Amino acid sequence: MQPNYIHIILADDDEDDRLFFTDVFEELKINTKVNTFNDGEDLMNYLNKVETIMPNVLFLDLNMPKKSGIECLTEIKGIHKMSEIAIAIYSTSASEEDIEQTFVLGANIYIKKPDSFEKLKKALSEVVSINWQYHTNNLNKDNFLLRL
Amino acid sequence: MNLFFKFDFHIVCKKVLEDKLNALNLDYELLGFGEIELKKKLTPKKYLALNASLNDYGIGIIESQKGILVQKIKDYIKDMVFNEKTNVNVKSSVYLSEKLGHSYSYLSSLFTEVTYSSIKNFIIIQKIEYAKQLILNTELNLTEIAFKLNYSSVAHLSTQFKNTTGITPTAFQRIIFKRREISQQKIN
Repeated sequence: MQPNYIHIILADDDEDDRLFFTDVFEELKINTKVNTFNDGEDLMNYLNKVETIMPNVLFLDLNMPKKSGIECLTEIKGIHKMSEIAIAIYSTSASEEDIEQTFVLGANIYIKKPDSFEKLKKALSEVVSINWQYHTNNLNKDNFLLRL
Repeated sequence: MNLFFKFDFHIVCKKVLEDKLNALNLDYELLGFGEIELKKKLTPKKYLALNASLNDYGIGIIESQKGILVQKIKDYIKDMVFNEKTNVNVKSSVYLSEKLGHSYSYLSSLFTEVTYSSIKNFIIIQKIEYAKQLILNTELNLTEIAFKLNYSSVAHLSTQFKNTTGITPTAFQRIIFKRREISQQKIN
């Protein structure tokens, strides 16, 4: 079965970043459906609802009010129905320790926030395209690590 | 107490199909066995919902001819990468066009149109996936893995691994082993 779009959720407290993201996804060739949240708590409340359909990819900003990206990540990894979501962390930090830590906690993708729209577009389209391959080819998600 | 049943498969399938189509409020007409006409185009969401609800009964929507050919390309590539007998020094372009009876340029543009990725890229992804499995689940070292996957050198494998995943094979192994340790601790 070939699904026709990728369902993406983005949690980021910065409004400009959210706009940036949604603009980029609109320009991609792969069809996407995007929902956004302003903070980690709103996001988790939404994901925890019984009727929520789990997204294919979740983009998590590390620094968010109320609940940080790391807290969300840890919580999500403990919940069975969320185990299939590919988790993409993105942050301004590029410290090797931070990166390895998030991967060990179960993140699949780590993106350092690029400084231009063009670079962001390139990074996101790579994420979506690789994720699409995992999604449509039954690749082993446990081994899915990508750093951009 | 044992009960014995008789089935009419034709009726069972037709009934399942009708129930599922009705459950999604679709306007349709049964054209004959295995074919229906929808009065309106399906939204992607409804298409997925329909396919998923039918999958429970072992019924699936047949995709386009193009989709079928792309699936065959993927299957042959996987066979090339994972099967050591076919994994000899045949060029993938020659191999695929011989097996599928189409020119490589046709296969290649069809593949990109349907999957948003190139055949070349797909081969790399499959090889790296295989390398990951070998790194994690066997005692083979990188040199042996590079040889097994037909890379000209370890350096070539490492570079391609890093370019594809953004991390080195060693870091990859370290991260996954740490993850396993943590989940092991949780169980104990």
